[in-house]
Amino acid sequence: MAVRRRTGAGRKARRAWLTVVVGLSMLLAACAKNAPQDTLKPASPDTRSIDGLFWLTFWVAVVVFVLVEGLLVFAVIRHRDKGESEEPVQTHGNARLELGWTIAPALVLFLLAFPTVGTIWRLARSRPNPINVTVIGHQFWWEYRYTDLGVVTANELHLPINRNVRLTIKSGDVIHSFWVPRLFGKHDAEPGRVAHINARAERPGVYFGECVEFCGLSHANMRNRAIAQTADDFAAWVAGQRQLPAAPAAGSDADGGFNLFRTKGCSGCHTIEGVSKGMIGPNLTHVFARTSFAGSTLDMNPDNLRRWLSDPPKVKPGSKMPNLGLSESEISQLIAYLETLT
Amino acid sequence: MSDVAIPLNGQRGLLHRPAKAAPGLWGWLTTVDHKKIGLLYLGTAFIFFVIGGIEALIIRAQLGGPNGHVVSANTYNQIFTMHGTTMIFLVVMPLSAGFANYVVPLMIGARDVAFPRLNAFGYWTFAVGGLFMYSSFLLGGAPNGGWFGYAPQTVKAYSPGHNIDFWVFGLQILGIASLTGAVNLIVTIINMRAPGMSFLRMPIFVWMTLVAQFLLLFAMPVITVALFLLMFDRLFGANFFEIQAGADPLLWQHLFWIFGHPEVYILILPAMGIVSEVLPVFSRRPLFGYSVMVISGVAIGFMGWGVWAHHMFATGLGPLAKSAFAVSTMLIAVPTGVKIFNWLATLMGGKIRVTTPLLMACGFVGMFTIGGLSGVTHAIVPADTQQTDTYYIVAHFHYVLFGGSIFGLFAGAYYWYPKMFGHMLSDALGKLQFALMLIGFNMTFGPFHILGLQGMPRRIYTYPAHRGWDFWNFVATIGSFIIALSVLVFIINVIRSRKTAAASADPWDARTLEWSISSPPPEFNFAHVPVVTARDDLWHRKYTEDEGGRAVPIQPPPPSNQVYDEFDEETAAGIHLPSPSFFPLLASLGLAVLAYGLIYKAWPVVGLGALWIIGAIYAWALEPATAEVHDEIVQELEPEPVEVAP
Repeated sequence: MAVRRRTGAGRKARRAWLTVVVGLSMLLAACAKNAPQDTLKPASPDTRSIDGLFWLTFWVAVVVFVLVEGLLVFAVIRHRDKGESEEPVQTHGNARLELGWTIAPALVLFLLAFPTVGTIWRLARSRPNPINVTVIGHQFWWEYRYTDLGVVTANELHLPINRNVRLTIKSGDVIHSFWVPRLFGKHDAEPGRVAHINARAERPGVYFGECVEFCGLSHANMRNRAIAQTADDFAAWVAGQRQLPAAPAAGSDADGGFNLFRTKGCSGCHTIEGVSKGMIGPNLTHVFARTSFAGSTLDMNPDNLRRWLSDPPKVKPGSKMPNLGLSESEISQLIAYLETLT
Repeated sequence: MSDVAIPLNGQRGLLHRPAKAAPGLWGWLTTVDHKKIGLLYLGTAFIFFVIGGIEALIIRAQLGGPNGHVVSANTYNQIFTMHGTTMIFLVVMPLSAGFANYVVPLMIGARDVAFPRLNAFGYWTFAVGGLFMYSSFLLGGAPNGGWFGYAPQTVKAYSPGHNIDFWVFGLQILGIASLTGAVNLIVTIINMRAPGMSFLRMPIFVWMTLVAQFLLLFAMPVITVALFLLMFDRLFGANFFEIQAGADPLLWQHLFWIFGHPEVYILILPAMGIVSEVLPVFSRRPLFGYSVMVISGVAIGFMGWGVWAHHMFATGLGPLAKSAFAVSTMLIAVPTGVKIFNWLATLMGGKIRVTTPLLMACGFVGMFTIGGLSGVTHAIVPADTQQTDTYYIVAHFHYVLFGGSIFGLFAGAYYWYPKMFGHMLSDALGKLQFALMLIGFNMTFGPFHILGLQGMPRRIYTYPAHRGWDFWNFVATIGSFIIALSVLVFIINVIRSRKTAAASADPWDARTLEWSISSPPPEFNFAHVPVVTARDDLWHRKYTEDEGGRAVPIQPPPPSNQVYDEFDEETAAGIHLPSPSFFPLLASLGLAVLAYGLIYKAWPVVGLGALWIIGAIYAWALEPATAEVHDEIVQELEPEPVEVAP
């Protein structure tokens, strides 16, 4: 009777463990769908090695989890008070057992420490022949300066595939944190300090990221994208960025917008090569070549630009760009001008 | 002393105050009774728990779907800051302080704490600090820089309002409360144990409280320094955190986390102590490996100082520092793991009465284990660079602080409620609460692991669609309301309990001294100071072991006055107690006056506050600590030796 009960419980326990393991794997597998910032879909050699470490730790944790939770549930069910008159044996401890479950976890952790420390040092090593990009965090957008290529842009980081990119991380105000989960682990952008991230992409595509250190009112609206391109596409992009945009035709809507840009105060904050030298906001020389704006929270299209220009702090609380009180026609003209900045 | 015959309650007046507490509100305002102060802590902290919970519900309502707009960005940032600050400083810490205040003197056989008026001051300072911080909602906006208050985000240039000032001064006031509480409990535990209660006979809850108080004693000064630097920056432009003036943004983070990580153990150790009391009582066996449990608790206390930089793996530590803190973080999992296995071994082979306190304690073991395991993944530094500041971290510390501390504290609430109020809580409602809480908790915080791994950052007031986060956020929001329901069940249970039958002195057939006195205990706790002859002294007055090591009731049963502390009115009338005082409350209020004055730079108010505090403390020092009493009586009351099984 007792024996049968025990085997029954054992089978049940095995089934329960299997359910937990399969359930967990399915849960984690299912969550990868359409999640562009998924750390479990690594797309670079570095994030793949991090991912490997995570899964190693995860499965070790699953074993401990199943063991502890299993024993806990088992103990409470098996040893519950069934009304027997006898009191239990008063065990006060067992030095050998306790030593055992001190040493066993220590050994497991010791084994995890090796690949951890190895990976820490490997990730820290600098890579040969990189493209240098200085990444500067601002409330609430990212600035990128391609120091070797003479390109300045914002929010969307272009990088050629299969090429080392060395990001130098800085901040212009408070602490931010730069991260593109599928390409590299995060690093804080600290004012007065310089940090580096080794970036590398393998496949063309758009990779999403987001500021991950609370940086004020619109921390949630400080996003970024990394656009990985083939060498040719990247070269073409660089060439385009280095060209000055053509001046709008006189008398056109765009020309009206160009004049508004210079008279309404825009030029005080924004740089457009050959037009203005403002340093507060993003460089707009090729703004319409970007796919998003306002900290990558809005897709680049005339409707969104209209929404933005009519009241920036309403769209992005805490934005340094004030409501300029532009009329509908002024906004239309400015958009026409911005559309020429490709 | 010659006037032996004067009854103590006859000595009234400003300097000769009654030994017996005044009834009603005045009694509560002037009490120095550790039990009343414990209840004040618990009640106040529970109210803050409900407030912090409502803040959590607002957060979850906002994040239930993409582009939520229940509250604005500005309000959200205040709410999440206050949720964290509240739950840590105004809920878990004072709940632990409340249990420690109420239970520790009873467990060690003392009639009160070492410094009863300081104890009252600690409580009032906590209450004043909490109310002060919450007054910011009415005075232009609550703190909005996160509970971690990273500079330079929190310096005047980036946080110009008074929001952060309320946080800085509020925490300073709460720090004073914690420090005085810590000093008081340390002295109480070291000096006021009943005869025979050696350190290794102390209940494990007392041990864990002692370790936590030492951590407080050394950790609070660190955050106090950091807050002073920030305060000088904000008030006087001192440039400690002004980057343009050459400050290092990491200074704040190091100071904050050198405090912040021991703080985590301050929050969890008392709950571990509660669980270590509850599991043996309901398994009807002693705690497995008592000395190892003590040693591991102390080890955690020491090692807790060597892991702070694991909060800073993304800040640019060198690879050597990263490796060192990775290894130390892994190591601290060892004593924690030992505790978990010892709890399991306590249950294994017991005769387990499945009651609400036991279920809550098992909830602690089960959920805290998950938090511990996710904690190990943070020690894997490269993996941590993918996890830190995402919802994965939010999941982790809620499994530790809710799955751990809150479950443990609820275990304590159900366990000690009959002792405190003389009535049992309904076990059926308790089990309902446990089931709801366990389900709601896992529904809320389980999905956070997935969200974090999917790259959802913390502290965002909104997120766009098409990030793959909608579904699990929705599940989490539903879960959070189930948690709220479970808390409601608890409140109903407490209200209903007044109608239940009176609890006996020892309703759980328990092991420690607090159950040897009536429920609720008399003002003086023990009519006869107990003489302790064994660990779990009360148990050994009732049970002995047969040759096989099984517990058997002592035969013939000892007379109940040898097991329980029974007394008559005459014995009780002569017991000397510390007198009530309103000066602690007065001194605490002065702290708020001073802080308001500093925030608004109203220098006369600052002067008034300073004088107020000095005056109150001066008067406090001058009033006699006790009403006059007679050494003869005290001596008469010295305990008679009680025969107890070994």
